[in-house]
Parts: sequence; C-alpha cells; structure tokens
Amino acid sequence: MQETHDVFSLSLSAQSERIPSFLPGQFNMLYLFGFGEVPISISGDPSKQEELVHTIRAVGAVTKAMQKLKKGDEVGVRGPFGTHWPLSKKDCDVLVIAGGVGLAPLRPALLYLATHRKDYKTITLLYGARSPDDLFYKQEIQEWEELGFTVKISVDRADVSWRGSVGVITTLINKHLPCPQNTLVLLCGPEIMIKFALHELMRTKIDPREIYISMERNMQCAVGFCGHCQYGPYFLCKDGPVFSYEQLQTWLTIEQL
Amino acid sequence: MKTIADILREHSFFDGLSPEDLTFVAGCGKNVHFLEGEVIASPGDPANEFYLIREGHVAISLNNPSRKPFILQTLGVNEILGLSWLIPPYQWTVSVRAQCSIRAIAIDGACLRQKCEKDPCLGFKLMKHLVQVMAMREDAIWLHLFDVYGNGK
Repeated sequence: MQETHDVFSLSLSAQSERIPSFLPGQFNMLYLFGFGEVPISISGDPSKQEELVHTIRAVGAVTKAMQKLKKGDEVGVRGPFGTHWPLSKKDCDVLVIAGGVGLAPLRPALLYLATHRKDYKTITLLYGARSPDDLFYKQEIQEWEELGFTVKISVDRADVSWRGSVGVITTLINKHLPCPQNTLVLLCGPEIMIKFALHELMRTKIDPREIYISMERNMQCAVGFCGHCQYGPYFLCKDGPVFSYEQLQTWLTIEQL
Repeated sequence: MKTIADILREHSFFDGLSPEDLTFVAGCGKNVHFLEGEVIASPGDPANEFYLIREGHVAISLNNPSRKPFILQTLGVNEILGLSWLIPPYQWTVSVRAQCSIRAIAIDGACLRQKCEKDPCLGFKLMKHLVQVMAMREDAIWLHLFDVYGNGK
C-alpha cells in the first residue's frame, strides 16, 4: 500500500511457517531475491499474528525494488531481532516523538498503548514530517485522537492552505511535555532530530533512564557478528535498536560516530 | 477575571521582572483580537508592537510574486510574536497572518523600548529573555535548513 510518494507498507503472510510473534520496536531482515537484504522495523499490530507489516521508505536499490512488489510476490524474512519499547511501565504519562518515517517503528507501540489505554495516564504523540504530503497513517492518527491521545503534528514546510503547525517538531516538546517526573518518552526519527529533541528534553527535569530511542541505522547480519552496526560498545542489532538515553548519552555526543 | 499583569506574570518571558516593572509592561499592553485571515504584520511595517498569543495561531510567511507563497513557521498559544521591536531598524521582516480567530495581548514595543533605554536593568532582563527565544528559534532554523527528512542527497 502506498502511504506517500516514497513510503509504502508491505503486508506479508506466511507461506509455510507461522509468523513469529514480535514485540513493538523489533525489526526483521527482509530480502528480495536478486536485489539484497535490508533491516526494516516491524510496523504492524503486535496482537495480530496473521500478517506482518513493514512500512518502508524507498531510498536504495532494495527498497525501491520492494516498492514495485505486487500481491503474490515473495519476500524473504529473518527475524524478529533486537530490543523493544519498554511498555511494561504503567500508570505513567507517555510522550511519543516521531520524525518522518520514524513513526513506523513507533506504530506497534502506539497500537499497544491504544489497546491498553486505561493502563496509562496521558498519551501524547508529536509527529513531524517534511510537508503535509509526507504524513502517513492519517486514518489511525484520527482514531488515536478519538481514543483520547493528544496528537500534535508539525511540518517543516507548507503552502498557505495548510491550517496546522509549521516548524520543526522539537519546538513542540516543551509545550506538550506532561509531568517530567512520571513520563516515559519514546523517540524515533532522523538522528539529528533525535539529538535536538534530547537537547529540548534535557532542559526539563526528565530522567534520562525514562527516554527511549530507536536507532535506525544500517545493519547486515542482525545477530551481532559482522560488526557493521557497532556503535560504541554496542551492536545496534543485538543491544538495540531500542536503547535508553542513559545508555547512549556518551556516544550521541560524538559527532562522527 | 485575570488582568494583563496577571497573565504576564505567569509567562516565562517576563520572569524576574520586579512588580513595578511588570506593572509598567502591563500598562503598555492591551487585549487585541484578529479575525481569521487578517494580516497582522507585513514586511517593512514598523515593529511598534509585539504580541503574547493567548488563543489561536498565526502563520509567518515570506511572499514573492514569482513563487507560490508558503508558510515558514506557525506560532501558537503562549508564544511571543515579534522580536524586532527591540532590534534596529525596528521593522517587521515577514508577513504574519491569523490562521484562525486570535486573542492576544499587544504590548507597545516602542514605549517599552524607550523605558529600557532609561532603565538598563529592565532592558537587560528583557534582552536576556529575548535572546533565549532567539536561540531556540535559531536551533529550529538550523534543523529546518538541515532538511532532516531528506534522503541525504
């Protein structure tokens, strides 16, 4: 399903084995015969075992080829791999900050929060995109608002017909941060946006151990052997992709890492 | 019902002002209302007022006849609209239009500017807050220019 001009969702059903269950935040290695293999976060509903959904941005050879897949075409799947969003913490406020296609790895967490709405206090989603045409999951966002989520969307640029917010998403953080003492923050998006968002979050009294980030970088083996995803002392495929800010605090300051 | 002084007292932009200074600033303020679509400022207009938005949001844009107009930024509730009142040549550089019905407190920047010239202590306090707002907006501009959602090409 085409979500925007360069973002699409693939819904996969298993041909032989059962689809393995996954936790929000985990990823699969998807391989397309003749093109290659890429790590893609799972963006589907963790409670629905009959299909596996991945939302993908077409940027390289493999993902551009995947964008042309039709119903019935085959894709190889290895996984799920990696760590997950820490949703077992209850009775807290939750702030979800998503930049661009970073909303995709957060979608399973948002679906889980929606299903378990009464276990949490306020749930706020801040979603940033380049322009109104780059927004996706619009129907679900509306459903989450109807469930009582506070949703604030901001785009970087828009023409005068846009009636929403224009500005980088980080400018909304301090305005919509619930009580810093009891807030769980889930953050995913371009790394520079993550760094600026953390800069804003650290201006409040929020505990770095309650901020979780998904590091969406290139991975190859996905099992901690090849070293391509090494980040400081961590392998993003095995020790991540979801980390607490406390784990990454030192390494995020190293510009060329 | 809250007075203008009450509203300003609660806003971080006026933190640290003495009760007398706050009373003076409140005296420079008045409640204003703009209708949806109304132009609040245009480039080149004298920046004699700045605004504390209480309800609604505004769109800041730059317009050029040869290009489709687009919105650079929006500002909403509790944000300060207008920084040029304290910086020469005290002129608006952008277009500002109400995206919906706006309630705001308009503060006479020209009067406040003269008071700051005579009272450097007050001027310094306001300049400190202004610089913080400008620093945050500058960070936002860097991020905007970086085009974080681009594909790196």
